[in-house]
Amino acid sequence: MFSKIAFKLIITTSLLAILIFSGFAFLTIRSQNALLLDQVKDFVNAQSETIKNSTKVAMLANNREVTHAIIRTIGQQPCIQQVRILNKEGRVIYAADSSQINMVVDKKAEACYSCHESNQPLSKLSISERARIYLPPGGTFRVMGIINPIYNEPSCWKAPCHAHPKTQTVLGVLDLTVCLSKVDREIKAAKRKMALLALISILTLAIVLWLLVKQLVDRPVQKLLVATRQVASGNLNYKVPELGNDELGFLARSFNIMTQKLTEARQQLFQIDKMASLGRLAAGVAHEINNPLTGILTYASFLLKRTKNQPEINKDLEVIVRETMRSREIVKGLLDFARQSIPKKIRTDIHQVIERAITVLENQLSLNHIQVKKQFSGNLPQILIDPNQMQQVFTNLIVNASQAIGQGGGTIAITTALTRLSPYGIAQIRQALCPKGHELMDEQTRIDGLPSIKLKIRLNGKESFIHLDPIYGRKNFRSEISINETDPVEILCPKCNISLIDKSKKCPECYAPVYSLQIPGKGQLQGCFTTSCGWQYWEYIEKQGPRDYIEIKVSDTGCGIPPELINKIFDPFFTTKGQQGTGLGLAVIWGILENHEGIISVESKVGAGTTFTIHLPVNLD
Amino acid sequence: MNERQKHLLVIDDEPVILDAVKKIGTAEGWRVDTAGDATSGLQLVQKHVYDLCLCDIKLPDLDGFGFLEELRRMNIDLPVIMTTGYATVENAVRSLELGAIDYLPKPFTVDEVLSALYRGFRYVELTSNLSGTKSGIDSMIVPCPIQYRRLGYGSWCFIENDGSVKIGVSDLFLKIVDPIRSLRLQSVDSEITQGFSCAEIEASDELVHTVMAPLSGQIISINQKLEQDMSLIEKDPYFEGWLYTIIPKNLNYEFKYLTACNQAYG
Repeated sequence: MFSKIAFKLIITTSLLAILIFSGFAFLTIRSQNALLLDQVKDFVNAQSETIKNSTKVAMLANNREVTHAIIRTIGQQPCIQQVRILNKEGRVIYAADSSQINMVVDKKAEACYSCHESNQPLSKLSISERARIYLPPGGTFRVMGIINPIYNEPSCWKAPCHAHPKTQTVLGVLDLTVCLSKVDREIKAAKRKMALLALISILTLAIVLWLLVKQLVDRPVQKLLVATRQVASGNLNYKVPELGNDELGFLARSFNIMTQKLTEARQQLFQIDKMASLGRLAAGVAHEINNPLTGILTYASFLLKRTKNQPEINKDLEVIVRETMRSREIVKGLLDFARQSIPKKIRTDIHQVIERAITVLENQLSLNHIQVKKQFSGNLPQILIDPNQMQQVFTNLIVNASQAIGQGGGTIAITTALTRLSPYGIAQIRQALCPKGHELMDEQTRIDGLPSIKLKIRLNGKESFIHLDPIYGRKNFRSEISINETDPVEILCPKCNISLIDKSKKCPECYAPVYSLQIPGKGQLQGCFTTSCGWQYWEYIEKQGPRDYIEIKVSDTGCGIPPELINKIFDPFFTTKGQQGTGLGLAVIWGILENHEGIISVESKVGAGTTFTIHLPVNLD
Repeated sequence: MNERQKHLLVIDDEPVILDAVKKIGTAEGWRVDTAGDATSGLQLVQKHVYDLCLCDIKLPDLDGFGFLEELRRMNIDLPVIMTTGYATVENAVRSLELGAIDYLPKPFTVDEVLSALYRGFRYVELTSNLSGTKSGIDSMIVPCPIQYRRLGYGSWCFIENDGSVKIGVSDLFLKIVDPIRSLRLQSVDSEITQGFSCAEIEASDELVHTVMAPLSGQIISINQKLEQDMSLIEKDPYFEGWLYTIIPKNLNYEFKYLTACNQAYG
């Protein structure tokens, strides 16, 4: 809890608030205190003047009893601590507290010090200099004392008592001490108010901060945390929910993009890995099975040759030879698939291929009460395909469809049509050269199984390589570094270091420099290499415009494929059929279509059915 | 032709294949010896004189390629037909490169193995008969022009200026399968693969001989004159008797498996 952002933020802010408030309170209270004391001082001084004046008459008359009475009466007032009149020698003549009468006060004592500091007493002093504030021993409140000197006046030395000679300046002093309980109480109250205010402010601040942090940081971070845990546990399909437009929102979106890219990369790796292991397996199996098959085939064909005049045996042997030859083709097919063999392409009517696939499966389909609905387009051109491999594609798709439908019966719809697709994201770059004619294709680094285009990058003196996606416009490139549009990057041929940058052009989307590669016989490919943009333009292909494709859809009314499995169905050995399937069917289809530059996609709804869509290019170069 | 009994050596680690080939060969009237691995095969080769050898590539000790190299090192002139259950282009062309005269993918039928073996014996006959004479093999067999390249001894190719490649059958191959009864060609637009069949020649003894494609590519034209006059292929195998023009698919990679025509056979 103590390491949480909210806690740290609240503690820091509160400490800061306490500091600011106490500083503020200190200054306010000090000035308030001074103001109050000034008021009290003026008041006490006025009071002291009043006492002096009210005792004047009695003193002139030298009527000591009246003076005593006045002083005593004043001393009874609640807040007056002490009233006394001292003569020049410091002897107390009159006092509210009669026990003090005739006491001699030391001239060096605190009350007298301001005047008797130098040996010659000062006769005039300001109020502040005459006032003193102190905490009496054992008292709970501070007190303020004011000394008021009683000056000699003509009425004094002219008075009949003749107590004071004319030469005397100060006859004595009136010492009045008043308690400051009210002032102290007020200051205490002000302090309490300040503290309360500070406390309330800090609390409010903390709560608001806590809520803000919770809303703006905690919750989004919590969601991101859940997402990272999900990804760490292998669930790359997990998406962080939309988190708004702040930095964390960007982070979330970036996170989603990252997992998506990771998924793609993982899928590719997985596919490549599986293909590789399938290749090894196929090589082993092919060799091991081919040897016994050779035994069967040679013996059977030898027997077949020797029994030409025995039609009964001969016919049976023919079956053995034929079936062994078929096994040979199956094994060869497996090997071919593992090696992604080059198909034997001839001009073929795709409808014939589909018809043949249906004919082969007719019995099986009618047994399962499955109807095949054909909707063939009337004028499809012949295309260059390997009819055997392509028949295998449709056989596999139809078998899968019938198995998805099951025993209950249903419909398989096969439709064909001619469509046009834009080359962007489809056309494959098979050869690329630098201006000096060096080959840029890299067979070792493959992107989606196809050789990539390898370029050298020099950025701030550092060299690295970038592998461009051989599919035009698909932007699946791999780079060791991230490149921004303003980077002073050089793009070079890895073999001769000639610059590949076309200085006359700028990327129309991000204004970054543009590279230009020679495509033999097909003009130039231009593109931008910034990590965020990756724009490409291939004039030759763009001029040809969208290419014609034959589109074949195979739909069934079967059980459908759950979304979480749809990414896996083209993986070798992935099967939902348990012991019944090898998991190779769709992988084989995938491989065959790759070799035909075809595209296969799948759409499915659980309970409603599945549609496989195949696009085959009409004009192969 | 059958004055002397032909002597065949079969090397394979599968007894059933050894038995089968022995049975087939014996039925043809040949003497067949068998060996289960390359080492015992080499021992037999040193003891006896064989006309021809059928050898598996994948063998327990030394593989088929090693066997070929060992023969060359020991200076034993024995024509070898390679065979393997892992029939890849690489295996086929590497065998030919190392001096094998032919390549037969497993599993094979009796007819397939017989056509390969007969072709082998004919090759031996032709080359050994002629090598004894003064001008050697070249006096009777027209060698392919010097700028041509060949895969094994069977097929040749010539790269035209426009980048297309003309392919055809060598004179020696034709002499071996002679007399020709029929020729089966592939159709335009078909793709052919280096080391695999691109045409079939049926000899008058009913054996079908496959011509290996020297390069991979797509057939763009077929020699029309051949269809009218099949004998052209024998009369002028290197010019008028060409088979196909193709657009090569992987020329840079496959070129290294071809031999220049001025190099000797075998």
